[in-house]
Amino acid sequence: MITLPVESQKTSHIRITLNNEGTDVSFAPYKTLLEVLREDLGHTGTKHGCELGECGACAVLLDGKPVLSCLVLALECDKKNVLTVEGLGSYGNLHPLQDAFADLGAAQCGYCTPAILVTAKALLDQNPHPNRDEIREALSGTLCRCTGYLQIFEAVEAAVIKIAKQIPERNPALPGA
Amino acid sequence: MADRKVSPDQPRQGSKVNGDELRVIGVPRRRVDARAKVTGQTRYADDIFLPRMAHCKLLRSPHPHARIRKIDASRALAHPGVYLVLTGKDVPIEYGILPVSQDEQALCVDHVRHVGDPIAAVIAREELTAWEALDLIDVDYQLLATISGPEEALKTPEPRIHDYGEEGNIHKRVSLEFGNVDDGFAEADEIFEDTFFYQGNTHLPIEQHASVAVKDPEGKLTIWTSTQTPHYLHRALAKVLEMSPAHIRVIATPNGGGFGGKSDPFNHEIVVAKAALLLDRPVKICLTREEVFYCHRGRHPVLMKFKTGVKKDGTLTAVHLQTLIDGGAYGSYGVASTFYTGALQTTTYHIPRYRFQGCRTFTNKPPCGPKRGHGTVQPRFGQEVQLDKIAEKLQIDPAELRLRIVESPNAITANFLRLSTINLSECIRRVVKVSGWNDKFRRLPEGRGVGLACSAYLTGAGLPIYWNKMPQSGVQLKLDRGGGVTVFSGASEIGQGSDDVLASIVAEVLGLDTFDVRLYTGDTDLGPVDLGSYSSRVTIMAGNAALQAAERAKSIIAEAVSEHLAVPSERLRFADKHVFDSATPEKRVAFREAVCLAEARFGTIGTVGSYTPPKSPALFKGGGVGPSPTYSYSAAVVEVVVNPVTGWITVPKIWIAHDIGRALNPTLVRGQVEGSVYMGLGEALMEEQDFRRLPKRLSHALVHKFPSILEYKSPTSLDMPDVVTELIEEPDPRGPFGAKEVGQGPLLPIMPAVANAVYDAVGVRIDEVPIFPEKIVKALAEKKAGRTPRFGPTHFPHVDWPEALRVPPPWEGGDGNAVNDVPRRAKPGPEVDLAATHKKALRS
Repeated sequence: MITLPVESQKTSHIRITLNNEGTDVSFAPYKTLLEVLREDLGHTGTKHGCELGECGACAVLLDGKPVLSCLVLALECDKKNVLTVEGLGSYGNLHPLQDAFADLGAAQCGYCTPAILVTAKALLDQNPHPNRDEIREALSGTLCRCTGYLQIFEAVEAAVIKIAKQIPERNPALPGA
Repeated sequence: MADRKVSPDQPRQGSKVNGDELRVIGVPRRRVDARAKVTGQTRYADDIFLPRMAHCKLLRSPHPHARIRKIDASRALAHPGVYLVLTGKDVPIEYGILPVSQDEQALCVDHVRHVGDPIAAVIAREELTAWEALDLIDVDYQLLATISGPEEALKTPEPRIHDYGEEGNIHKRVSLEFGNVDDGFAEADEIFEDTFFYQGNTHLPIEQHASVAVKDPEGKLTIWTSTQTPHYLHRALAKVLEMSPAHIRVIATPNGGGFGGKSDPFNHEIVVAKAALLLDRPVKICLTREEVFYCHRGRHPVLMKFKTGVKKDGTLTAVHLQTLIDGGAYGSYGVASTFYTGALQTTTYHIPRYRFQGCRTFTNKPPCGPKRGHGTVQPRFGQEVQLDKIAEKLQIDPAELRLRIVESPNAITANFLRLSTINLSECIRRVVKVSGWNDKFRRLPEGRGVGLACSAYLTGAGLPIYWNKMPQSGVQLKLDRGGGVTVFSGASEIGQGSDDVLASIVAEVLGLDTFDVRLYTGDTDLGPVDLGSYSSRVTIMAGNAALQAAERAKSIIAEAVSEHLAVPSERLRFADKHVFDSATPEKRVAFREAVCLAEARFGTIGTVGSYTPPKSPALFKGGGVGPSPTYSYSAAVVEVVVNPVTGWITVPKIWIAHDIGRALNPTLVRGQVEGSVYMGLGEALMEEQDFRRLPKRLSHALVHKFPSILEYKSPTSLDMPDVVTELIEEPDPRGPFGAKEVGQGPLLPIMPAVANAVYDAVGVRIDEVPIFPEKIVKALAEKKAGRTPRFGPTHFPHVDWPEALRVPPPWEGGDGNAVNDVPRRAKPGPEVDLAATHKKALRS
């Protein structure tokens, strides 16, 4: 049995859109999206708590849908769109979800926060006005051991209001403007 | 009594200290480290990648108990890509968190004591290579009999798991008596005897333990690690590596959850440190989730027997508590845990006579240690469930019963704990009111019920883990010409918000915003010692140290500004980033200018602050566990719905009131309360660290029942009920701005409140945690059959208790010493005024 040094194992190559930026990466073929993000692309914002698809800490958006990046082979992601916590804000501004999480105590240790944030974004992209039960349901795949979840729900609800207020500014034609 | 209701998320101003408005303290705020957390920039230990970094994996014992005859690592070492293989002989020096339990080796030399005990370490260029090489290490084991539980440990003195402790496999036995308990029982109208079992459970932090060690360019050691106690790790590394602590730097990275599980110095930390020194390259380890389960150091399983004497009006006359503790394979914090299963029982209600006997045994399972509520959670469960039974028998409402017996503020308890502010009565009244208790208790339809329970908890352990006379916490402040203030402190941020506590205190005193305060924390090189994030000690200890340092800086600046403005310094106020004359506020200088004035006048501006807890009146042996500067109090009402057929429990709502002293940042305080409620609910209903035997045809080894997050059930967002949090704020004279603890106390009433609510719902007692549906079904079957409607342990095994140390309580003229032991001299201190506190206690 011979183990090659990692450089010579980087035989796989994909091109993805990572946080709205075209990105090429070479990596060992066995690697998961989680490992490639953290180890080969230096995007350590995405966390891991089990690498078995149990805790939900590694969630990222793959073509807009939340996936557990520890269960996705990086090779499956060629030409796909990946969004991580690093890509949530824009032009130096925090995303309204990030602002609300920061203001309302939704991040304590912060370790599950990146996964919950991107999952919440996917929810709001699909359903801009979720009720509490829909928020509970959408976030139930990621465990948080610190907060007891309630401040997380409240932060998502606060972001919903904030986003709703922002949209009319951009597009006065929308109803409710 | 101040009992202002606080709605945690509404900005409030107007809190005053000495007539001055508070602008930062008490205002709900974004925590100082929030931006880093919501942008994914917080750097946890496993987020550190260094050039040339090697990876470490540990070979762990597949056997629960064995001698190691021989280890042959030659095949592993020859494996391409492997740099180093370490075995026990490379790091043989024993260590452990407590000076009395130096019983661990970073890699076992000749004796493995539980499945998962580390035997060898492979350090390789790639993580996968290290994994592969583990299989190439040949170990010859001689299997020993496995001891799987405390009763077995009592009966099986040989083979010994450790060659120290009381005898056989008994690690620690304590026996303490405060007043004549038999006289107390003779005075009682009713005597209640109950046996309870509290199953073990684990912290389950989402971040797996990780460490990166490096030999720095000067040849010294630096380690970044997910630890709650960098100072204690610093000491352990110095001991095992035989290095001067001056040449070791421990950096506690922000923890992705701790809850007590990262409070011991760990074998993997020592191993990567040793490897980095030998290889002269960075070495990283990150435990797998399965390894985290085997690391454990979590809640001890405890069997408890309570005997309690009461008068008809509910007054307690005496309590006798016995605890039998499953310690697992190592000492860890276990001696302290043993005392904690008895120490704080006296802090909630007045107990005039108290006997406590505790016994911790070694077993061949991962070691137990401190988890949120350390050692107190289990007996509090028993005490609060028994009180519910007492209330029912005496036909007194459980809330009313507790209100009658709440201990008095500033009392000294039977076991010589000096209490401070106590707002437990207000907590009870508040939850009774907001939960609609009086309309619900015994009045809800069958299958629905409410339960009430209370607790008290430490605000910082009174004594350090190793004996010394130095402060338990220190803070340095540096003020720069740009108006910036930098805090240097050893306090470690584990998610609880310790950085925010320090920043808010400094900002409040100096009239700044928390954003103006820079923090360097959890780093043994940069900051003075703080003992760590355990025992709810950081707010009171590091907070008081920060307060002192900030007040000193303030007075230096005030003197310089006073000269400059020709205003007496006592008239100066610090607010809104200015120093101004309170009589003529337009007379002012910007804070930045004020620092420059002070620097011109006095030279470089830096101040220090430190904190040492008040001395305890408990002088008897064992009296060092339990004292605290002050105690927090909580009361909770839990509502449950129980399906009488399946036993399935749902919890629609919880109301909790917490006596916090003062909420420094109400947003964070609410988060700590709700997080505690959440974790308590997990312990009450689903979490258990349980073990099973592998089939005989395999190894028959004692293994974790389900070392995976999928099977170790913990509450998800779908399971979390609504929680109403009420904060009771009466500033405590010992806390910074009056603050007491909140990180642990609110967990404790949840489990007994759930059990009491189940009884209210379906009339069965579940005297055991976790309260699984099948236990309810079994108890309901007993009820139906006309037998005792109960599920729980029925006997407490015989333990050869030592002769009790007899300590007369204060009201019997006791001076804190045991009458049958060598007296220890009272150490006079400003806070020890036994005579005055005796009088107060006697009046109560």
